[in-house]
Amino acid sequence: MEKRVTFKGIWLPILLVLPQIVITAVFFFYPAGQAVWQSLFIPDPFGLSMQWVGLGNFEYLFSDPYYRASFVTTAVFSILVTVVSMGVALYLALLADRLIKGAGAYRTLLIWPYAVAPAVAGVLWLFMFNTRVGVVSWYLGLLGYDWNHVLNEGEAMGLVVVASAWGRISYNFLFFLAGLQAIPKSVIEAAAIDGAHFWTRFRTIVFPLLSPTTFFLLVVNIIYAFFETFGVIHTITSGGPQQATTILVYKVFSDGFVGQDLGSSAAQSVVLLFLVSILTVVQFKFIERRVHY
Amino acid sequence: MAERNGMVEKRGAGLWLTHLGLIIGVLFIFFPIWLAFVASTVTQADIVRPPMPLLPGDQFFENYGRALTSGVNAPVATMLLNSMVMALGIAVGKIAISLLSAFAIVYFRFPLRKLFFWLIFLTLMLPVEVRIVPTYEVIANFGMLNSYQGLILPLIASATATFLFRQFFMTVPDELAEAARVDGAKPMRFFFDILLPMSRTNIAALFVILFIYGWNQYLWPLLITTDPDMNTIVMGIKQMFPSGDDTADWPVIMATSILAMVPPVLVVVGMQRLFVRGLVESEK
Repeated sequence: MEKRVTFKGIWLPILLVLPQIVITAVFFFYPAGQAVWQSLFIPDPFGLSMQWVGLGNFEYLFSDPYYRASFVTTAVFSILVTVVSMGVALYLALLADRLIKGAGAYRTLLIWPYAVAPAVAGVLWLFMFNTRVGVVSWYLGLLGYDWNHVLNEGEAMGLVVVASAWGRISYNFLFFLAGLQAIPKSVIEAAAIDGAHFWTRFRTIVFPLLSPTTFFLLVVNIIYAFFETFGVIHTITSGGPQQATTILVYKVFSDGFVGQDLGSSAAQSVVLLFLVSILTVVQFKFIERRVHY
Repeated sequence: MAERNGMVEKRGAGLWLTHLGLIIGVLFIFFPIWLAFVASTVTQADIVRPPMPLLPGDQFFENYGRALTSGVNAPVATMLLNSMVMALGIAVGKIAISLLSAFAIVYFRFPLRKLFFWLIFLTLMLPVEVRIVPTYEVIANFGMLNSYQGLILPLIASATATFLFRQFFMTVPDELAEAARVDGAKPMRFFFDILLPMSRTNIAALFVILFIYGWNQYLWPLLITTDPDMNTIVMGIKQMFPSGDDTADWPVIMATSILAMVPPVLVVVGMQRLFVRGLVESEK
């Protein structure tokens, strides 16, 4: 797509794109290049010289059981966050879509947690499940369940998943509701007249027609779980216990800034870079498909 | 057979069940925030002897006053100001540079145009999280640690905003640019007098999304603001927890959490239509 009518000039447009290009070069491409470059070296302990190791950092990285475990953790975490937040959102959107009046009011009530930062969501859920003062953990104790996410790996994972999914429900709800409202009512009514009950209608008509929205949300939510949940993990578990909640992004941070292992952290950045590229390409494919529907 | 009557929309008992389901959902969403609000209005003693009360106490002014004026490491009022500067800086900066570059890419033919376009496109693949260590070094070399420039600049370049404006400019009728050219108007005149006013709604919708994005940043301020007086509120909360076994000052921490939510929530609720529009458009 190109404009037919354009203005003349060469220096003016270059001047206009310059701010963005300069910032992109200085804060995006140069650091990304540095990450690739640094991933091929090991700095000496005093940071005075660098030793070329080729792909040594990567070999070391993938032979590290903690790093391999971090992949599994990230996969489990992302899938759980995506399923929980999309499941709850779809359920609520289906209910809201059945209302003739009031869907708008529920939308207002449900969308604003989008504005709550992941790190703040983390603090809220940490407070509820705190082992000493948490209300929910106290009532669980009454029921005879001894909640301790500081020691129990499964409970730690459960808590960061729920805290991450909680804030995301709004976003998914908004897109699901829009998708549902775009389905012509006549199609569903025709099926109802033919005697198809709610579950049959959902399975055979609503869900297939909703699939572009679902695919889109699937990709966007996985990207969210990969990169934007750092705040939740850092506030609630700091990656523990025994690295049970150390997702890849958290590991780049903890190895690079806490552990000061720059070569390994750079190599991890490169691996992430690779993963984001794949996710971005997938996202574009799906969005293109969404447009064609 | 009863189904025939209500067909798709629910009536009677079904309607009430639908409302009930939604209300349970709303309560699930609200509960953590309600609890935080209650905790911000009671005394520390009420909290450390569980279970804490579920209805607000009378310490509202005491706790919020203490948080805003002294906080734990830095007054929360200072952190609110820092967050406001960062969020506004990112939103305004991103919109400004994206408008200019989209204008250049759509309305001019110049050498390297395609290259610039692809360079901007590629930034989609470089979220700050994957390049934290080297970006930190760049900021440190510029002496921008603990500064507003350091908080804002690395997050300001955005392919999404540029694409949104590019898409919108493509829909602007060619006749407008043609008329401007025939009248001998300079390109920047056309930009400021015609294009900018036409983009108002898009700019506002994007502003809502970007303000929230900037306000909710966590990792980046955590790395580059070591001075408590430069902390933003979202990252400052975690810093309020004591290391080791001391008991956290829960009422103040929870008051701070509530304060951290208020500005972005007000923006979302107050500008709901623009927010929804911005969200849908920026994901296209």
